[in-house]
Amino acid sequence: MESKDALVRVRGLTKHFVTEGGLLRQTKTVHAVNGVDMDVFPGETLGLVGESGCGKSTVGRTILQLYPATAGSVRYGDDELTGLTRKEMLPYRRRMQIVFQDPYSSLNPRLTVGSIVAEPLLIHHPHLTKKEREDRSRELLRRVNLDPSFVNRFPHEFSGGQRQRIGIARALAVDPEFVVCDEPISALDVSVQAQVVTLLERLQQELNLTFLFIAHDLSMVRHISSRIAVMYLGRIVELTSRDELFEHPQHPYTRALLAAIPVPDPAYAARHPLRALEGEVPNPLDPPRGCPFAPRCPLAQQVCRDSRPELEEKAPGHFSACHMV
Amino acid sequence: MTEHNDSLATDNALLVEGIDTVQRSNARIAWSKFRRHRLAMISAVVLLVLTVLCMAAPIVAPYEFDAIDLANIRQRPNAVHLLGTDALGRDLFTRLLFGGRISITIGLTSAFIGTLIGTLVGATAGYYGGRIDNLLMRLTDLAYSIPTLPLMIVLGAYADTQVLGLMLIIGFFSWMSTARVVRGAILAVKQNDYVTAAHALGAGDRAVVLRHIIPNVFNSIVVGATLGVGDAIIVESSLSFLGLGVSPPIPTWGNMLMDSQATMASEPWLTIFPGMAILITVLCVNFMGDGLQDALDPTL
Repeated sequence: MESKDALVRVRGLTKHFVTEGGLLRQTKTVHAVNGVDMDVFPGETLGLVGESGCGKSTVGRTILQLYPATAGSVRYGDDELTGLTRKEMLPYRRRMQIVFQDPYSSLNPRLTVGSIVAEPLLIHHPHLTKKEREDRSRELLRRVNLDPSFVNRFPHEFSGGQRQRIGIARALAVDPEFVVCDEPISALDVSVQAQVVTLLERLQQELNLTFLFIAHDLSMVRHISSRIAVMYLGRIVELTSRDELFEHPQHPYTRALLAAIPVPDPAYAARHPLRALEGEVPNPLDPPRGCPFAPRCPLAQQVCRDSRPELEEKAPGHFSACHMV
Repeated sequence: MTEHNDSLATDNALLVEGIDTVQRSNARIAWSKFRRHRLAMISAVVLLVLTVLCMAAPIVAPYEFDAIDLANIRQRPNAVHLLGTDALGRDLFTRLLFGGRISITIGLTSAFIGTLIGTLVGATAGYYGGRIDNLLMRLTDLAYSIPTLPLMIVLGAYADTQVLGLMLIIGFFSWMSTARVVRGAILAVKQNDYVTAAHALGAGDRAVVLRHIIPNVFNSIVVGATLGVGDAIIVESSLSFLGLGVSPPIPTWGNMLMDSQATMASEPWLTIFPGMAILITVLCVNFMGDGLQDALDPTL
């Protein structure tokens, strides 16, 4: 994988969660992320798609060092981030931020909107006066199309979409370069989703942001992404440009996802009934030895069950992990 | 606020300059809300009056607290002795005022000490989790399982300053339930994304706990603290009853209550008035805690 000018370079990223439980204190290991490789280039939006529990949020949070990585490397520019202490991470925290899925749990109900948006300034620009912080909060609210007088209000006074924009304003307070959008629109009404996506796109252009845009649904990332990575059970199974992915999907899982997108055309829908994938996602406590998708894959052969396919460049700029393509 | 207000067009229309208001401080908002909480304000006033009266007992009280008057024992409340007299003819009102000095001080201080320790232990255990949690919670279980009364008796026998010693001892033995409740609440609160957001911003542990976690578990802390006040007054009385707390003739509400148990049927006022004093104090603290919770909850 070519990666000379990547902003964020992820190699072999692995995150296992160890749970302890039961009378005998057996430990179990959840293999949330298993050896993820990817590059995020400056100014692009990389969509990261996969179903619930596939580890996509864990990838985003591990890149930001919110979880310590079990193995692998995360580079920001030329700098390795894994293993840094909180203090050493501070300069990078200014450059990488996160927007959350749940607009309710992501804002502290006890703080005013002004305090929430100004918190990053307290940490990273402690020399600012109260007045300067307040002016900056108002400016940030304006930037996300909210009324600057909202600084005195509390989060519960706002709708989901507005709260999501407050969360975006907080992320922007430190002038980041890279923002992990962790399903920022999944919890919103359809009518509001478009507004938030439009806002994110506008901000990306104005502020020259780079996005890792996580979603559980291909149709959501189609609009905003320049490239898309598809995850399954802790691994990336396919990674390519948006158009290539939609026109020439290689991995059988990607094809199944594409086939499952509802089409707003009843006549077409009647002719092509949606095909749901059979079977269940393997348990991440005990992932299969071979290809994680093999148990559900229509193309699976013995080799798929025995050895795990690596993510390889099968066509220029088109990576997929499958023995059959 | 409906989703309709959310449309960009409306918001852009709202971007009119000049409607900004001055940002108010959270403390000022809380105080103005507390003042509007009628029950809490009444309680605050009652508790203040009670405290001032008790602290000023040497000036206010009509008699000496140990003035024995054998000619006037066991008198019902009357014009000369407002709340009657006890078995030695001592004025009950006077003794109630003097008793309050110790009982209120011990009740509030011990509850404060207990809550502080409990919050510290519970917050540390809940926030850090893992081994620290295990260690601190087993310590809490251990403290719970120690029969506190015998231990307090031993410690009480060694404590030189009676009231100060009592406050510390009672405080140090009343933090366990607060610790457990606070830990549980923190386990739930720390799952919220705003805690993750603070970490993503690079906030340190102390900032995260003080700014994002403690304020959101404040209800549990206040409940623990208000219950602690009544408990501490009662524990002081049991110690006094055993002769280890404040010794006679110095009155406390606890030992007055204990002394009057045998004569509850024949001279009920000797039981009722100290009991009322404890009840009023605990109720006032409770209502104030209620008001404080509401004042600090922005959704109310």
